[in-house]
Parts: sequence; C-alpha cells; structure tokens
Amino acid sequence: MCKTLYDKLWEQHIVYQEASGATLLYIDRHLVHEVTSPQAFAGLRLAKRQPWRVSANLAVPDHNVPTINREAGIADPVSRLQVETLDKNCQDYGITEFHMKDRRQGIVHVIGPEQGVTLPGMTVVCGDSHTSTHGAFGALAFGIGTSEVEHVLATQCLVQQKSKNMLVQVEGMTRPHVTAKDIILAIIAQIGTAGGTGYTIEFMGPAITALSMEGRMSLCNMAIEAGARAGLIAVDEKTIEYLRDRPYSPKGDLWSKAVENWQTLHSDADAQFDKSIDVNVSQLSPQVTWGTSPEMVVGVDECVPVPEQQSDSVKQESMNRALDYMGLSAGMKITDITLDKVFIGSCTNSRIEDLRVAAAMVSDKKVAKNIKQALVVPGSGLVKQQAEQEGLDQIFLAAGFEWREPGCSMCLAMNADRLEPEERCASTSNRNFEGRQGKGGRTHLVSPAMAAAAAIAGHFVDITKIN
Amino acid sequence: MEAFKQLMGLVAVLDRANVDTDAIIPKQFLKSIERTGFGRYLFDEWRYFDQGQPGMDCSKRPINPEFELNQPRYQGATVLLAKENFGCGSSREHAPWALLDYGFRVIIAPSFADIFYNNCFKNGILPIVLEAHKLNDLMWQVKQQPGYQLVVDLDKQTITLPDQQQWIFDIDTARKYRLLHGLDDIDLTLQQSDKIKAYEQQRKPQVPWLFSDI
Repeated sequence: MCKTLYDKLWEQHIVYQEASGATLLYIDRHLVHEVTSPQAFAGLRLAKRQPWRVSANLAVPDHNVPTINREAGIADPVSRLQVETLDKNCQDYGITEFHMKDRRQGIVHVIGPEQGVTLPGMTVVCGDSHTSTHGAFGALAFGIGTSEVEHVLATQCLVQQKSKNMLVQVEGMTRPHVTAKDIILAIIAQIGTAGGTGYTIEFMGPAITALSMEGRMSLCNMAIEAGARAGLIAVDEKTIEYLRDRPYSPKGDLWSKAVENWQTLHSDADAQFDKSIDVNVSQLSPQVTWGTSPEMVVGVDECVPVPEQQSDSVKQESMNRALDYMGLSAGMKITDITLDKVFIGSCTNSRIEDLRVAAAMVSDKKVAKNIKQALVVPGSGLVKQQAEQEGLDQIFLAAGFEWREPGCSMCLAMNADRLEPEERCASTSNRNFEGRQGKGGRTHLVSPAMAAAAAIAGHFVDITKIN
Repeated sequence: MEAFKQLMGLVAVLDRANVDTDAIIPKQFLKSIERTGFGRYLFDEWRYFDQGQPGMDCSKRPINPEFELNQPRYQGATVLLAKENFGCGSSREHAPWALLDYGFRVIIAPSFADIFYNNCFKNGILPIVLEAHKLNDLMWQVKQQPGYQLVVDLDKQTITLPDQQQWIFDIDTARKYRLLHGLDDIDLTLQQSDKIKAYEQQRKPQVPWLFSDI
C-alpha cells in the first residue's frame, strides 16, 4: 500500500497500539530547555524514577539567557534560578547539556540540526512548539507540554493519536528576495492559523526542493503557526549533504547505511493525503504581517486590509481588535508603516544564511534615525563564530546594529530584550501575538532581508524593487 | 492528576477567537519552576492595566473592568466558553496550569489548538469541542442570564443546559478513560516496559544511528 512520509515515520515508531487507537510511540531524540523542563524533572524526582535512556537527551538553556555581557551571568534572579535548575537537573541525571558559556550553546532548534543530533527518520520532541523545525530533515518532530517531557524522560515514549495527512504542494519558483519565510507566511494566509490543526503537513513541490536546508527549517518551523504540530519535507541530497560530518552524525560504515535508509524517507508516488492544498509562489511578494496573528499577512506592495470588506463577523471583529492593538489604519500602505525597533533572530531566522542576506542589505549603509534599536541575535555560538569569520558582525556593527550572544531573545522577550508599550518592531521571529515581544509591543513578522532593509529605511520597503 | 467525572458550574464567556497561550499566561511568568500559583496571572495583560511581574501582589493592581472575566457575575466560574482555535501558539503547559489554578475545569470551544488540547487532559481539565452554532447559542444564553450554570458529565459525555436540554459531545475513549480515573500516564506506560524494551531490541540493530549517544 502507498504510504505518506508521515505514515512511514509513524509506523516505524509504534511500540504498542491500544484498541482505542491510542498509540505508544517511541521517541528517538529529546531536546530539553530550561523553561518547560523543571517541573518535569521535579515529577521524576518525586516519583523516584530515572530517565529511560539518558543518552537520547540533549539540553540547552536558550529562552532566558542574556544576549549581552554574558560573563556577568544572569541578572534577573528568577531567570537565573531557572537556568541553574536546568544545570542541576542535567548534572543529577547525567544528561549532556551545552551550558550558557559553551560555544555550542544556542537556540534548541538551531543546535539540534547543527550538531547532527536531529537525523532523518527520527522522532524528535521538545517542550517547545517550534520543534516542528526538525521536520525539514524528514524527521517526525513535534512540540510537547511539560507532562509529556516528564513522560519521555521516564519512558522514552509518548501516548499519541495519529494525525491526518495534509499535503501542501508549492508550485512555481520565487522571485529574487522572496524567501522560505515569505512562502510559509503565504501558506498560513491561505489556510489560516487553524488550517493545519489535527494534521501533519508535508511540503512538496519545486519551490520546496529549491530551498536550502536552512530555508526548509524556517518553513517547517512555522508549520505550528498553521496549526500543525508537525511539518515534514522528504529527504534529498541536500538533507544528506547538510548532515555529512556533523559532530553527532553517523560516521564511516554507519553513515553509508544511514544514507541508504534515509533515501526511503519520502511519500510514495501514489500516497493518499486526507487534504491537499496548492500554493503558487511565482508571483509572491515579500510578506509582512499587519495584525496579531500570523494569518494576518499581506504582501509588502499591498495595503492594510479593511475589516468592513470581510464577510465573516468573527474575523471582522478580530481584525478590528488587531488594528486597534497595532495602531494601524485600514487601507494604509504597508510601506508607510514606520518602525521603532528591528529584531533579526529566533529559531525561525537566525542561521548563517539569514545573517548573510541581512548583512548584504545593510552593507555600507546606516540604520535610520527613527530606529531606536536594531538587534542581530545569532541562533548559536557556532553561527556567531561563522558570521564573525565572514566579517558579518563588522557589517552589522558599522551599520548601527547591535551584535549579540545567541538565544531566543526578543522573539518572546523572556530575557531583557523586549519592546516597550506601543513600540513597533520588524521581526524575523514567528509570532505576532499581543504582548509577545513585550506588553503592548507591536510585531510585524518578516524575512531577514525585509527586516534589514526596514532598519535602513526606517519603514517597510519592497526589496524586490531594490537594485 | 485529579479525576474528572461530573461538574455543575458557573459559566464564563471569553468572546474572542484565536486566544493564544501568550495571552493565557504571558512569558514572564514562565520563569517559575513550580507547577502552581499561575492562576492570579491568568490573562494578565488583559486583566490588569499595569505590567505584571512574577511574585506581584495582584490584589493591589489596577484591574481592567472591560475584560470579560473581571465582571463580578463571572467570579467563581469553573466552565469557560471560548471561540475558535483556543490555546494556539506555544506548548507551554503553564497555560492549562493557569486556567486550572484560576478555577476552570471545563473549556468549551468550537476548536482547540492540538498541543493545548492535549495538555489539558494531563491536568484534569476537560476541553470540549462543540459545534459553532451550538456554542454561539450557548454564549448568547450565558450573556443574557447572570448565574448561568451547566452540568457536564464526562462518563455520559453530556452537557446539560438549565432548561434540561442535553447535548452529547465527542471525546477519544483513551483520553476519557484516563481523565475519568485520574490515571498517571507514566505509570500506565511503565506497565508496558517489556514492550518498550522489545521494541528497542528489535529496532536498534536495524537503525543503530538512531540510538547514538549524546
């Protein structure tokens, strides 16, 4: 029988299936960070349980860590306690952790692939919804809550119900300066933030094949913003080349055997999906969110939508609420939106290619006077090191950006990097929810190139029109 | 986890779609390493005018009277009516912890985000998916009638309205069983230890790279 990639990954990990359909699913890799794990370890300790397979786990602090003056430690005592709690838990249970001052430290979804800890064919979980990122490698990867973090630690398994299969077929080739971020925002605009609820989405088509692995990660990262716990892309040569010689990738004979196996990790030609969506990106413009949900997004060459033109009353009310929160007028041009801050970073867009395109936009230019702060936060210490070797840090600094240490930073503002009320930010992160980047803060989600160009202009610009 | 069997409770309405986990419990409160104490910060940015910080005495904070849950008639509510895609966003279990700590045991909405929905069952909260037209009807009734109460019976899978009208809801049998009996998921899984070990023994020689040590 023909199977989807998701069907294959699911079946390969079934330990036991109950009559009700609830399945005990084996978990190959568990990534751990400081925010969603302390209560799980406390539960483990209380029940006097030990981790089932200690070496399946990798831990890293990322959400709370300062991105500046790291030598001084964490100033906020509550944040500090959380990071120290992770250190202690990892030490007590023998879990490998990349500490805050380890040069391999970074955002959990950046370092997993970077280290070869994420591999095709794996089930990968983490107490973080953006675990969908790892689906770019043909791995079944999804976010879990803290109870499930404890469950994986104790049993190396999760009780799961199988999702349905959705295919998002992405046709056409994008224009220059239109990126994976724009593609995923356009998909979310089409299917809505709940469009993928109950599904695992597989992305296919020429526009997907053309993406680099980093682009594919940006894409799968935001599958959750379309409601899908997991996004998937089949393994191809790019996947294999990316993983070759990574620190934790298999080596020698094992590598050859693994590659042979990975080449089977795609949907069969006649596999049936429960739902299929077609998207054509050949005319797509760079995308800019205008509201407080990632589905509230338009092209940079368009205007802020008019709620009265929306027939659905629930949506109309949400639009009015969003416009009010965002301090925008219906019908105004996106390029007339002026900004206060710019944030380049997050598990969506903080990898080396992201930094290269952003640096190219700001090279020999200056950040506009109305921009109070422009931050570049690399996704990991190794990304930072690579960028510095290429001189990207100097380009950013010369333009007036701040060059920071790796972490989640202003994506969710758990550390000191945040927006003040009514400050408006062009952000390469993944969520524009109310208060996400700070109470009252106004977030516009864009690609790294768009954020960089906006920092120079002081407002959004259509980068497809820049020479 | 506390079992959920039946509940008769006061109903509150949160009439907005796509309520995300950042709204349910803002990020600054996620720094806690405890499971409890989040209720006073539930919907913090909507509930109070000032900026909330962990450990704050909320009794002295300026309250936003416009926010639905601040209405006197909803105090003590245990059932929350919400709209589409409730709980979207992050996987933070602090969201159901905050709802539970505040007092909610049942959340009724036309749809939920997957991770949030799953997290509710781990904490003794019953999330019920109800068709949009029924939900809208229910919201309207609640708004008209202060003190509106519902009876929710998990075993029978029914919602009983004050006029004795009864609606049936769907729920996955495995989740229902675990919630009804307040079972510890980890205990149940560990009863299958032999099967997990057998899976590992059979799988590891086939795909040893998936078992590489970190």
